[in-house]
Amino acid sequence: MDELSTVRTSIQYIVVKLGEERFGINISYVDNIVRMQRMTRVPEVAPYIKGVINLRGEVVPVMSTRIKMGLDPDVETNATRIIILKFEQQGFIGFIVDAVNEVVTLDAESIEKVADQKQDGAFVQGVGKSNDGLISILDLNALINEQV
Amino acid sequence: MDVSQYLDIFLDEAGEHLQSLSDQIMILEQEPENEDTINEIFRAAHSLKGMAGTMGYKNMQNLTHDMENVFSEVRNGNIKIKSDMIDVLFQCLDALEAYTNNIRESSDEGTETNENLIKALNDILNGGTGGSSGGAKKEEAKEEKAPEAAAASGDEAWKHIKLGDTETSVLGEALKQGKTPYGLTVKVQESCILKAARAFLVFKAVEELGEVIISDPSTQDIEDEKFDFEFSLITISDKPLDQIIRAASAVSEIESVTGGVLDLDSTEIDTDEEEEEAAPAEAIAEKAEEQSEAPAKSNAPVPAGAANAKSDKKPVGKPVVNRTVRVDIEKLDVLMNLVSELIIAKNSLVAASGSTEDRINSAITDQVEYLESVTTSLHESVMKVRMVPIESVVSKFPRMIRDLSKKLGKKMELYMSGEDTELDRTVVDEIGDPLMHLLRNSADHGLESAEIRKERGKPEVGSIFLDAYQEGNNVIIEVRDDGNGIDTEAVKAKAIERGVITPEQGDNMTEKEIIDLLFHAGFSTAKVVSDVSGRGVGLDVVKSKIESLSGEVEVKSKLGEGSTWTIRLPLTLAIIQALMVTVGGEKYAISLGSIQTIENISRSSIKLVENKEVIHLRGTVIPLIDLHDVLDAPRLEEEDPEHIIVVIVKKGDKLAGLVVDQLIGQQEVVIKSLGKYINRCKVISGATILGDGEVALILDANVLI
Repeated sequence: MDELSTVRTSIQYIVVKLGEERFGINISYVDNIVRMQRMTRVPEVAPYIKGVINLRGEVVPVMSTRIKMGLDPDVETNATRIIILKFEQQGFIGFIVDAVNEVVTLDAESIEKVADQKQDGAFVQGVGKSNDGLISILDLNALINEQV
Repeated sequence: MDVSQYLDIFLDEAGEHLQSLSDQIMILEQEPENEDTINEIFRAAHSLKGMAGTMGYKNMQNLTHDMENVFSEVRNGNIKIKSDMIDVLFQCLDALEAYTNNIRESSDEGTETNENLIKALNDILNGGTGGSSGGAKKEEAKEEKAPEAAAASGDEAWKHIKLGDTETSVLGEALKQGKTPYGLTVKVQESCILKAARAFLVFKAVEELGEVIISDPSTQDIEDEKFDFEFSLITISDKPLDQIIRAASAVSEIESVTGGVLDLDSTEIDTDEEEEEAAPAEAIAEKAEEQSEAPAKSNAPVPAGAANAKSDKKPVGKPVVNRTVRVDIEKLDVLMNLVSELIIAKNSLVAASGSTEDRINSAITDQVEYLESVTTSLHESVMKVRMVPIESVVSKFPRMIRDLSKKLGKKMELYMSGEDTELDRTVVDEIGDPLMHLLRNSADHGLESAEIRKERGKPEVGSIFLDAYQEGNNVIIEVRDDGNGIDTEAVKAKAIERGVITPEQGDNMTEKEIIDLLFHAGFSTAKVVSDVSGRGVGLDVVKSKIESLSGEVEVKSKLGEGSTWTIRLPLTLAIIQALMVTVGGEKYAISLGSIQTIENISRSSIKLVENKEVIHLRGTVIPLIDLHDVLDAPRLEEEDPEHIIVVIVKKGDKLAGLVVDQLIGQQEVVIKSLGKYINRCKVISGATILGDGEVALILDANVLI
């Protein structure tokens, strides 16, 4: 394998599932992936904030990625996970996803920018191609942006 | 030399010296003849100069140098303190503070040279003495005299430096080349912090003129600051002794440099075991005596026989000045976090031991109880470590009031008490601005001008009081003035004019409600907007700031007699005693500090007033707040049809009853922030992690009332 070229231009993504669609999350933001757990509801917050959880002694807000993206509400299954992402400004935020599949390495050049035609288009940065098909790369900053 | 490792110390020290200068100059303004004060100022300016010089901050050094010159003249009685001089000095302090701020931010002092201030200082010098050079020369002369006297005196520490074979041979070589070996003993001022740096500079100065053969302690030890306040060295040079001593003394914060020509025959050559042991002992004894003697005498010959020294060999510590350790606040935060974690772990252990059905193993319960008491004391100790006196914040206020007094043309005096009252570090850092606002407010709006005060039969000089004291788990800070008080009619008129309230509303308002309008955003009653206060920002900012610290602020005022602003702050922010309750199956914590009582109320006694539910309790009408509504929590189906549980909370003298489903009990909870991302819910002041790892939210009762 030509390691030099992969190191130079590629980014690793964690592939998660929401419904049938596969989404990629830049791995450098990911702090942790935990199982679905009991959440403490917080009053007076946006509907997509499902509550807060205890992550190693830190109180971390968790949002429903589905509700935020305008999809059907979450149905909790055995595969449901919370991906904990770390942002410079906002700190830790958890995102509920249907399942976590794998880690893929995508070439930066192989990711195509997309126009916002779809409903969830506002949250997709681009589309990358892996062996198993297409992966929509999530725009994380748009996801945590409060104006939607 | 890399001085960056000393930067923090430098900044701390500079801050202390600046504060001391500011305090002393304030005193000086009152008592221009106070010699102690003048000396103190001179010392502080001198130390600052030295520190700035070491760190390579030239501009700062120049400015302090000129300040020092002025004080040197004042000390010699050649210049009398005048009020305009005090002003210049204060400007210098401001400039120095600007330097230190620059250094703190960018570790660079900036390019401002403050020529005008230096000129002003020189004008003072010239005006007072007809030439600054005279004073400077006198000083130099004095400095020169000291080493001479010392050189003449007998026993010096450098004579005890033991020479090994190498050193002796090097010395022999040097003698052949016509160079002279000298011994030097350098004494660093005891107030000096950067001892190693000073020593380094002395070495550098000496090495420019000659070659340093050996030193005691070794150069390595000196670099590591492993010496008290004195070190000796032997150098060979072709320059005269005077020049070397002068070069070494030129380094600041060096108390004295003594030296003489090394007589090779009389020096202790490293041969005798016995002697080798005796020499350091002697040095210690010498030092001990020096310390016990007045500093002026320290250069006098010290007869210290070896036998005498041996019996005297007890460890001689440095003078106990202040037994403190400077600790990085971040380290304390880490410690605090760990203690918090420990308390959480302890809580879960308590929960686990409580749930075991068979209490066979009572030993566990005992130990858990013991653990509980230990963690509680540990928490208290760590909290105490984090406590700092509010002095660090309030000490700048006398100066501020003085400036305000000049600016506003009003005579006023600030009286402070309770500066040693301690608060959590995080609170102290934040409390400065709100207090400053209140003081400015009192000075600008509260106090009347001297003429009006005279007319009203008050003393011409207005008084502002700043009192701090502890009350239970709170710290109270009061800002009081004997000024005009709050004119409620003026406030009302202004509020109506600003559209904050309607005239009808105004007619129905109580005096207290009107005063509370002052905290309304964008409200300012000053008829003239000055740059002191009255920009419409201020009181509302004060209020929100103090509330963000979980505190509260209140005003009491009597027209014509003055007003009192009372700030109430919790001692700590990190861990509180709380009452755990359930509302709709969810757990919430309410700070015990705001809870008055807990009542079991029968539903039939709930009355409606203005369509709001209230209860009568021991003669008071208390509005009910149903937490299910506030928190949007589901109602339980099996609600008790007869009674409700009401937690009565208080804020100031206002009460409210919070309706909850169940009481769980009292618990020590560690406050965690909900994070910036969802920090919009006002009712929730934070979250805490329960013993079972679950997160419970903390209710801020103050917001509800």
